[in-house]
Amino acid sequence: MQELQSLTEQALALVEKAGDLAALDQVRVDYLGKKGQITALLKGLGKLSAEERPAAGAKINEAKQQVQDAINARRTAMEKAAIEEKLAKETIDVTLPGRGEDHGSMHPITRTLRRIEEIFQRLGFSVEQGPEVEGDYYNFEALNIPAHHPARAMHDTFYIDPSTVLRTHTSSVQIRTMEKTNPPLRIICPGRVYRCDSDVTHSPMFHQVEGLVIDEGVSFAHLKGCIDQFLKAFFEADVPVRFRPSYFPFTEPSAEADIQCTNCGGEGCRVCSGTGWLEILGCGMVHPNVFASCDIDSEKYSGFAFGLGVERMAMLRYGVNDLRLFFDNDLRFLKQF
Amino acid sequence: MKFSNAWLREWVNPDLTAQQLADQITMAGLEVDAVEPVAGAFSGVVVGEIVACEQHPDADKLRVCKVKGHPEGEMQVVCGAPNARTGIKIPFALVGAKLPGDFKIKKAKLRGVESFGMLCAQTELELGDDNDGIWELPEDAVTGTDLREYLQLDDSTIEVDLTPNRSDCLGVAGIAREVGVLNRCEVTPPVIEAVAPVIDDSLQVSLLAEDACPRYVGRVIRNINIDAETPLWMQERLRRSGVRSIDPVVDVTNYVLLELGQPMHAFDLAKLSGGIKVRMAEQGEKLTLLDEQEVELKADTLLIADEKGPLAIAGIMGGLDSSVTKATNDIFLESAFFSPLAIAGKARSYGLHTDSSHRFERGVDYRLQEKAIERATQLLLEIVGGEPGPVHLREVTEAMPAERNITLRRQRVSGGLGIEMSDAEIVEIVTRLGLEKIAEDSEGWTFLVPSFRFDIAIESDLLEELARVYGYNRIPSVALKASLDIVPRAEANVAQSRLEQTLLSRGYQEAITFSFIDRDASAKFDPEVEPVALQNPISAELSVMRTTLMPGLVKALQYNLNRQQDRLRLFETGLRFVPGNEGGALQQERMLAGLIYGTRQPEGWTGSKDLVDFYDIKADVEALLSHFEAEGEFTFVPARHSALHPGQCAELQRNGKPVGVLGALHPELQKAYDLPKGAFLFELSLDGLGQAVIPAFIPLSKFPEVRRDLAILADVETPVGQLAESAVSAAGEFLTDFNIFDVYQGKGIDFNRKSVAMGLTFQHPSRTLNDEEINAAVQAVVSELEQKYNASLR
Repeated sequence: MQELQSLTEQALALVEKAGDLAALDQVRVDYLGKKGQITALLKGLGKLSAEERPAAGAKINEAKQQVQDAINARRTAMEKAAIEEKLAKETIDVTLPGRGEDHGSMHPITRTLRRIEEIFQRLGFSVEQGPEVEGDYYNFEALNIPAHHPARAMHDTFYIDPSTVLRTHTSSVQIRTMEKTNPPLRIICPGRVYRCDSDVTHSPMFHQVEGLVIDEGVSFAHLKGCIDQFLKAFFEADVPVRFRPSYFPFTEPSAEADIQCTNCGGEGCRVCSGTGWLEILGCGMVHPNVFASCDIDSEKYSGFAFGLGVERMAMLRYGVNDLRLFFDNDLRFLKQF
Repeated sequence: MKFSNAWLREWVNPDLTAQQLADQITMAGLEVDAVEPVAGAFSGVVVGEIVACEQHPDADKLRVCKVKGHPEGEMQVVCGAPNARTGIKIPFALVGAKLPGDFKIKKAKLRGVESFGMLCAQTELELGDDNDGIWELPEDAVTGTDLREYLQLDDSTIEVDLTPNRSDCLGVAGIAREVGVLNRCEVTPPVIEAVAPVIDDSLQVSLLAEDACPRYVGRVIRNINIDAETPLWMQERLRRSGVRSIDPVVDVTNYVLLELGQPMHAFDLAKLSGGIKVRMAEQGEKLTLLDEQEVELKADTLLIADEKGPLAIAGIMGGLDSSVTKATNDIFLESAFFSPLAIAGKARSYGLHTDSSHRFERGVDYRLQEKAIERATQLLLEIVGGEPGPVHLREVTEAMPAERNITLRRQRVSGGLGIEMSDAEIVEIVTRLGLEKIAEDSEGWTFLVPSFRFDIAIESDLLEELARVYGYNRIPSVALKASLDIVPRAEANVAQSRLEQTLLSRGYQEAITFSFIDRDASAKFDPEVEPVALQNPISAELSVMRTTLMPGLVKALQYNLNRQQDRLRLFETGLRFVPGNEGGALQQERMLAGLIYGTRQPEGWTGSKDLVDFYDIKADVEALLSHFEAEGEFTFVPARHSALHPGQCAELQRNGKPVGVLGALHPELQKAYDLPKGAFLFELSLDGLGQAVIPAFIPLSKFPEVRRDLAILADVETPVGQLAESAVSAAGEFLTDFNIFDVYQGKGIDFNRKSVAMGLTFQHPSRTLNDEEINAAVQAVVSELEQKYNASLR
């Protein structure tokens, strides 16, 4: 049995020394293989008595197992080292930028429009579109602005011919919708509008969102609630809103809504011309004459409308300081959104 | 409308500062644009009197004056004004005075003569435009009085930006009425008494266009002294209202205009022949206006004329020939009512806008004329003297605006405004506004609308008045209530935002370009179509409506190239405006257009420097089409487009109907826009693309699929798209997939042939296909291609 002891130690030492898988396998063959030296000891068991045989056999098998375990462990370690070596060779610089196309972005005006649409769509408003080259009737007459009405002078209208204009507001879509759909109605009409005015603070083309709610029992208090909630939602802030009487031929009573200046918080600054307030939208209760031109019974239904300038909202929301940037389409500008 | 706070306070005087008052009326709908001091900031200036005036010993243009006004006695002041002379009273800035611009007056020596103070011109005190020498004050000014006190300069000018419905506030009287209502305080107008005539002279007035002018009041005043000076108080009020002093007669009519809101006109009586005729112009009649321009009158213009011809454009501007001049002795005063409809738009049609037209087109109180003429007479007599004739009124009662009654229902106040107001409060507000309660019942009240409120016609107008005076901000804010109906939604609709998202993820930026473009650009991109032109464009570059979105994108490309941005991917959505054929209706079509330019990939360490080509933009379009899940329905057909390269242009069709184009920008346009590299564009009709096909499930086959690859030689000109289409239809019903995996031209094959490699995948839904079946299908493809395209197996 001394032989077993020394053979086992020899084998374990060789396992430890084996430099590669081949050497390791050689150890297995030499000691544990069919003709291996430890295996050979099993053949000597026959010389032992029947009483001694099982214990001696167990010892030899134990030794075989010990060597086999050492070989296995050694092999696993070698394989792991090999993988690690391979992985180390495959290491790349993960700080280099990824490959492929950059992601583009929506124009800030569209981004703002979509945000406004989303807020109102959750309230069940549908989005309506209309033509931009518009008949005088839809842009003016049906909105209670007859020819030579002084309010027409406020509009700086682009004319195609005497009875066709580029729409000066998206209020024209109100009329088209009321003509084809019966109340109750909750719509917003986003889109391009045009006025013949161009300077630092005026663009001949800009964007508006017109809103219209018609139902039974809609009051001025509802108009205030709707606008107030919308503005707070849009600016994600509990921004103070105030309403001032104003004049639009298609609403009565009419109002202008102001928010407290987002730049100075009402202290008065350059952005709000020192007033502490920013004019943000026009609104009012739908004028009975407008209902009449769309055959809606103003004794049964009432409603309100509002119109807001998208450029102004975008400028306030994102801090854009020059209206003209919106239409230059400078990549360096567009990519900021 | 601009007015002096102090003037208003004579009418109505609530306990508010000027700023508080401005805020109050702003919140009531009279938006105040500015509250400004009526004079520059200065101090230490008194009324001075020149008691002696001698030539400066060493300077021709300077004079040495002895001036009274300083508390310590006479002062010596050197002055350069040509009008400096003994006996006049002038503004005298004492040593230590501060003038506007923080200019300090110090003791000085001018060419060796000591000077203690300065004599001032209007402009130096920011008190007027007169810069011709020192300002001569009235003789009765008390020497030594502080000038600010003397002129009552501790006042502010309030400028109100009135909405067009509030013509009743285009006078101090109207503003005062508003302030009275808002503060529930009394309004005390100046006493205006009828001036008794001292002569009998009057002028015959004929109203020949009675709808346009149903009411005309005239008065003759003889022997006036036109050389009299307008009193300083009146000049100051005019100045503070932004009106220049001209001569006493014009000043008085302007004063009445500002005070009461009635535009008036004074004619030189000597220049009038016969009576006054208020009539429509004859087309082509000529008149030289006060501003010295001669206009050719249009037949829709209302005139004041006499026997000889036109004297004035009614309600807009007087004529030069009949105007009051330095030689005038007798005048004829006009105070009329012209209907807003007769005046509206007319001034603008002559390129004019006057204080008078501004008021008449919005509506002047049609009962105000006598009061205004009496007020003007009273003021004129005080200033220029003269002998007034009787007030002569002509009125065509039937043509006068109808008096209006409005019924206000109590329930509408709470229902329409969402507030509860007491009956007493309602009636008080409405009556203070000048309406008269004429009836009352259980439902509500009936009110008579006063002649100055053109904007009050229906019940809603009264609701606005109540809300305004009550205060919009006191009305509660209430959330909307509505029924939650579920609205049908078509799954087949492809939301525009999905297409946009696809483009964004392919590196596109959204652009927004003007809908109107340069006519030349339109002609370059779309020469066959005559675009819709604006009658009044801002500029030639923005003068016609685009018939395609391409020019805007190319212009944006050029803009960015000029700013060193040399790789661009842009898209835009919006309408194009295509005139209908032969008078057909204008088509306003929603389009989606895109442009790519520069390298295929963004500059980077892995990327190639390859430039984009047709197949890049085609892939982008195909990505868009994938949303429609209707692969077989879309085809790309070689086509021509004037803006695109003739050999690199395809029309996109859905079921054979054109829905868009794509291709390389035409090399001529590339040159015209100075683009160093090729640009590629697409433009699709959003409505033309149509709806998506809703997926219909096909059971998955459990049996193996078999792929066969074919290399086909065909003529170079044969479009691969056609080869593919024929191959697919010939391959039979078990073909499940088809693709082109190589196209080769060059070495090893005939120079006018190309090799097209196609992969065909077959699968049967319910069994395994055998070789014979697959071979037969492949053979069918080969034969079809041989026959149709003279193709052969490679």
